[in-house]
Amino acid sequence: MSQRFLLSRRLLGTTALAAVFAGRFAHAQSREIQIAAASDKPGNIDMQLDVNGETHKLSLDPRTTLLDALRDHMGLTGTKKGCDHGQCGACTVLINGVRMNSCLSLAAARDGDKITTIEGLAEGEKLHPMQAAFVKADAFQCGFCTPGQICSAVGMVAEMQRGAPSAASMDFDAKPVGSVEEIRERMSGNICRCSAYPNIVAAIVAASEGAPT
Amino acid sequence: MRAFTYERAKDIDAAVAAAQQPGARFIAGGTNLLDLMKVEVEKPAHLIDVSRLPLKDIADAADGGLTIGAMVTNTDLAADKRVMERYPMLTRAIVNGASAQLRNQASTGGNLLQRTRCPYFYDVSKPCNKRQPNSGCSALQGINRMNAVLGGSDACIAVHPSDMAVAMMALDARIETKGGSKKGRTIPIAELYRQPEGSPERDTNLEPGELITSVTLPPAPAGKQSYRKVRDRASYAFALVSVAAILDIDDERKVRSARLALGGVGTMPWRAREAEQGMAGAIASEKTFATAGTVAVDGAQGHGGNDFKIPLARRTIARAFTDLSAKA
Ligand SMILES: Cc1cc2nc3c(=O)[nH]c(=O)nc-3n(C[C@H](O)[C@H](O)[C@H](O)COP(=O)(O)OP(=O)(O)OC[C@H]3O[C@@H](n4cnc5c(N)ncnc54)[C@H](O)[C@@H]3O)c2cc1C
Ligand code: SF4
Ligand code: FES
Ligand code: FES
Repeated sequence: MSQRFLLSRRLLGTTALAAVFAGRFAHAQSREIQIAAASDKPGNIDMQLDVNGETHKLSLDPRTTLLDALRDHMGLTGTKKGCDHGQCGACTVLINGVRMNSCLSLAAARDGDKITTIEGLAEGEKLHPMQAAFVKADAFQCGFCTPGQICSAVGMVAEMQRGAPSAASMDFDAKPVGSVEEIRERMSGNICRCSAYPNIVAAIVAASEGAPT
Repeated sequence: MRAFTYERAKDIDAAVAAAQQPGARFIAGGTNLLDLMKVEVEKPAHLIDVSRLPLKDIADAADGGLTIGAMVTNTDLAADKRVMERYPMLTRAIVNGASAQLRNQASTGGNLLQRTRCPYFYDVSKPCNKRQPNSGCSALQGINRMNAVLGGSDACIAVHPSDMAVAMMALDARIETKGGSKKGRTIPIAELYRQPEGSPERDTNLEPGELITSVTLPPAPAGKQSYRKVRDRASYAFALVSVAAILDIDDERKVRSARLALGGVGTMPWRAREAEQGMAGAIASEKTFATAGTVAVDGAQGHGGNDFKIPLARRTIARAFTDLSAKA
């Protein structure tokens, strides 16, 4: 019993770390995919997606969501599919620097856009400060929501810096921007089924304190 | 998802022309349409992507109001300094809806035209007049906790789920369109939406292929504004009840004018004009606001699961105005 528990903890931990470190393997993988996808079935549409600084020329069924294009056609499986309906945030990516749910976007509609996924945040071996903060604060348990949480948090910091309001800062008992309550509100689009919220918020607070305002 | 063809509209005229083909639909942010296409509630044969049309500006209108392009994102609209200053209830309504990711993607036009979240509308195995005309309404005798208590009929009791539209209803927004059989027209928001009676499959009075190009807010009315939303969890949930309120009181604490619109309770974003008229001239007191709450839900009809919304609406209205009068 205790052995099984230990084993599963280890496996879960590995998934989480894979999400954080996924950047290391992404580039080699995506180049191959680019060639494999250059078939055009009748009815497919051509599109060009700039993902993590690489251009992908794809010919896909119009039904393909950005999420499925990333995972199934570019081999970028760091972005997760939780609900596929905009309800969980696991699929969050940055589109032209803005966080969005990739499950509710058609890939074709993103033609020419600049997309950053969890694989694109690190610079080589150097983790993005938000990734490093998640590792340091132990901000995950199973890790499934983690890529979406991190991309969302990166987008959130930019929104705060731009002065975008949140329900918590606009409300009757307004909470100061950047407070724990306010960050929880801004991050409400990312559900964590393991409920790692306290450490997720701690990681974001730590990372956003270091960020320039 | 059913197969469809896709095109990106070059300009407004091209979008409107393309919309003449049978089965064509506009797609903007896609956060509602794509969601419904995945469950095959929506089955467009052709999608016209209007998300890159040059309708992304917010401009001062000649009369002192504000004209909002249909493709302005919910985030950009909420964060606009003029909106935050002159129409703070609109910012509040928007940031209290959906999630930051969704608001970044969703457009002003798409938000107005999002469809109901009635669970039976989403479940293609169940009868639903809105999805399949004349198949029946499963919500009347079924799980109707989230459904409407105002404006419903034997045909449909679906709530219009938009928060943004409730604030726009209180602000008397005007919807500008192109296409359909019209050359272009302006529709007061109160006439954009329609009651389910007769044809619940139609949520609005827009014609097929009619494109929303912009929404104009008249100059902000006098008084303090608020948007109060009550829901099952603190964030990222649709309204059980929401209240958009504007209150203007004079030095003797008499109500000069009041406006009240409700979300979560009506088959369309709901303007409570009798309650507004009743408050005008009365002393701004808890009693006045409690009466306004009672008048606003006069004639409301519960269906079992949603009975609680009637007293909840009453109290939320009283609370919203009481808070506003304390600030005025
Ligand atoms: C999990 C979840 C939670 C949510 N919570 C809330 C909430 O709490 N409050 C709230 O208000 N909303 C909520 N929403 C809904 C969200 O606000 C809408 O999905 C969004 O505003 C729709 O905008 P869009 O641009 O993505 O529309 P689309 O999906 O692109 O379009 C919606 C409809 O409008 C039509 N359309 C779009 N633009 C035009 C135009 N210019 N002219 C004519 N027709 C047009 C489309 O054909 C389609 O029928 C939630 C959504 C999700 C998925
Ligand atoms: S309330 Fe309207 S949307 Fe819901 S099941 Fe009845 S007809 Fe369908
Ligand atoms: S997978 Fe996109 S929000 Fe859940
Ligand atoms: S860590 Fe498991 S879902 Fe968030």
